[in-house]
Amino acid sequence: MATPSNRHPSIADHPDLDQWIEMGADERIILHTGKVDIGQRISTALALIAAEELDVDYARVDVKRTETDIDPNEGFTAGSMSMQHSGKAIRMASATARRFLLARAAEKLGVEAATLAVEDGLIQSRETNETITYWELMSDGRFDIPVDEDVTVKAPEDHTKVGTSVLTKGMTEIVTGKMHYIHDMVLPDMLNARLVRPPHYLAELKSIDEAVIERLAENNITVVRDGSFIAVVAADEYAAVKAAGQVASAAEWDLKDGLPIGELYEALTANKRISLPVAPGGAPVDEPVPPLEDPPSEAVATVSARFEKPYHMHGSIAPSAGCALFRDNKLTVWTHNQGVYPLRAAMAEALGMAVDDIHIAYVPGSGCYGHNGADDAAFDAALIARAVPGKPVLLKWTRDDEHAWEPYGSAMVCELRGSLDADGKVIDWSHESYGDTFMARPAPGRAGSPAEKLLSTHYMENPLDWPLAPPTMGPHVGVHRNLEPLYTFPEPRLVKNLVRGLPLRVSALRTLGAFANVTAMESFIDELAEAADKSPAEFRLDHLDNERAKDVITALADHMKADQAGQDDSRGSGIAFAQYKNVAAYCAVGIEVEVNDAAEVILHRAWIAADAGEVVDPDGLTAQLEGGLIQAASWTLYEQVTYDGGGITSRDWETYPIIRFDNIPEVKTILMERPGEPFLGAGETVAGPTGGAIVNAIYNAVDLRLRRMPFDPDAIKLAAMQ
Amino acid sequence: MSELNLHVNGENHTIDADPDTPLIYVLRNHLKLTGPKLGCGQEQCGACVVLVDGEATNSCVRAAAEFAGTKIVTIEGLAEGGELSAVQQAFQDEGAAQCGYCTSGIIIATTALLNQNTQPSEDEIHEALHDHLCRCGSHRRVLTAIDRLTEEGA
Repeated sequence: MATPSNRHPSIADHPDLDQWIEMGADERIILHTGKVDIGQRISTALALIAAEELDVDYARVDVKRTETDIDPNEGFTAGSMSMQHSGKAIRMASATARRFLLARAAEKLGVEAATLAVEDGLIQSRETNETITYWELMSDGRFDIPVDEDVTVKAPEDHTKVGTSVLTKGMTEIVTGKMHYIHDMVLPDMLNARLVRPPHYLAELKSIDEAVIERLAENNITVVRDGSFIAVVAADEYAAVKAAGQVASAAEWDLKDGLPIGELYEALTANKRISLPVAPGGAPVDEPVPPLEDPPSEAVATVSARFEKPYHMHGSIAPSAGCALFRDNKLTVWTHNQGVYPLRAAMAEALGMAVDDIHIAYVPGSGCYGHNGADDAAFDAALIARAVPGKPVLLKWTRDDEHAWEPYGSAMVCELRGSLDADGKVIDWSHESYGDTFMARPAPGRAGSPAEKLLSTHYMENPLDWPLAPPTMGPHVGVHRNLEPLYTFPEPRLVKNLVRGLPLRVSALRTLGAFANVTAMESFIDELAEAADKSPAEFRLDHLDNERAKDVITALADHMKADQAGQDDSRGSGIAFAQYKNVAAYCAVGIEVEVNDAAEVILHRAWIAADAGEVVDPDGLTAQLEGGLIQAASWTLYEQVTYDGGGITSRDWETYPIIRFDNIPEVKTILMERPGEPFLGAGETVAGPTGGAIVNAIYNAVDLRLRRMPFDPDAIKLAAMQ
Repeated sequence: MSELNLHVNGENHTIDADPDTPLIYVLRNHLKLTGPKLGCGQEQCGACVVLVDGEATNSCVRAAAEFAGTKIVTIEGLAEGGELSAVQQAFQDEGAAQCGYCTSGIIIATTALLNQNTQPSEDEIHEALHDHLCRCGSHRRVLTAIDRLTEEGA
């Protein structure tokens, strides 16, 4: 029985079946969800679940794009939570709907419900052969019943759709160029806008040559100004592009003292900070940090290491965009952000409007991988639309806007120390992580004002203060994500340091602190394994009592051993493991590399062994894992946001290089079969192990243990010299 | 404003546009062909690539006027009679896209490559896709789709 304490959060907030499932026209099923498809194929998984429980063809199921006032509020599409939230909700809703429809059919046909069979929404009585469809039964449109959380869902062995590979929703549209992104929106009388941003965060507008503005006005091009926020609006898109260039040339900025720079990695461990111990379970506690004592006397070996990771960008291939219409004191916004409801609350506060006067609809953008510029662009569009009421405005950020203004993933430092006893067991473990916040999404119910997390509120006439995030205290939320090892280390000393006074704007980037923490930890584990004279797999297995964790490591090791038999030894390989957030999917990664004469790390092969619980869409899950591995490899080998006193200097793809087609490993993905087990979020689990496996593989190949990303040729050469 | 003649996806179009307008804005806004995507506006990411006389060509910088007299094909022009092209079919079958924003440029580049060389080497494939960026990490599936096409072409 679902009691208030164990109710599914999405169903508790949205108990009516009609909020989830709609019997559409033309014999279609429409799913309503608060989770958005950002290329991670959640629509495909949800459609499979509904098709399974409802006994309809997968192709008959559509997943509606989320809109405020219409679709469920499930917060953000983030943290690999969509399957636990929407996946489970849709499963319960679909099973409730099927039971309701069968009961209604039994009544109409005058037979027992148990005698009815369903195939693709067509119900047939085995007694009388009479038939009726779901849609005929639902001619009045609504279910008007709650979702039953105790409804019987299909047993895993009865599944015929879940667990099979299907044509991904939207794939045909993508390959034919018909996929409709926010950048492709066209509305009647729509205007196009571009921004003119300051040279850096702290600059303020001094003046704009008014003659330029007047000349543009003569050509029906409007310059919208609010403090240091400047936009140009024109009917024709390219006219707006050109006008933005002219206004940029005509603007004079007070650059103040420039960006405060200094040695980043020194600042990360020297600046003022809030230091908190992290308790078992992965949550920080508001207590003094225990000092790092001398290693225990029975220690036969003690190793320490410091690991450094720079700022990373989300680097979406499409610069962010937003569309807005301000009419009759009401605002309609189209956005590609990850949560339309939180954004609505933030915008209402920033604009001084009632929440009910704002309507926000999701339209796809390109992949975002966390809190990129989408929310900011939506707000920018609203600011511009308010200045030109009555006409919709489509604002597109430029590549330069996105690179220079998106909220980055924080730089981090991890300091580790571990001691082994004579049996090669870890008897002492300390891991301290340092970083800025990952929690700056504009959302109500979090510390600080949601409005101040929208970029342009800092450039308007009466600018808001920049947010100063308090430490997040939840388990695995922020810098301390995956700081707690899953390994059986006795009383590990774990410390989260939320560092102040760092130079760049930051927020949530895929995996938050887990990428640095797992990479550092898994590299360090290999150092300890070497000190204990154990193989990396053996050493990990010796320190795990979680069977599912052991299974992925064993599966990985077995596959690598078979595939690498007779391998030429110019290549090196490494492995790493993590369970994302210690509660989501388990993942072990193996990487095989070669370091060539140009000191480039060449990725030859990769193996992923993952346990994500019950698998709904194996092809989609594999795609997520492969994609996550390739993105994390890119972070590891190529990426860092650069800046100087004049501002961000990573302003295009030359100054912020990412991985290219010439260094993509072959990838073998092994999915553990766990029918009937709960869904475990899998979108992010592979990143940390990928970083760790690359460090370990480079070490195995050339005896260099790299500790500062990115591992580009300069880093390899520097390590070789030391 | 001036009159501009372009041959796109098998048809001649006369367009009234500012003569320095880059091709992509004309394709997307005047001809409503939104398959080519604006990703960087600096010829660095490949999202805007279209076929120009069979060559994979960036459309985000060079003025549309420069393309007069050429034959332009966008992703919308690949499927003939509603049938996916072989390249489109291979990408669909391999699931070689996640968000899909970079995909139209990559499909065009692959089409140009295979039209000129049905058996490209690994280096030639890497060269053809060098200036195409993908952030979701669909690269391996793209390469698998291309391998499949070259095997079929063998």
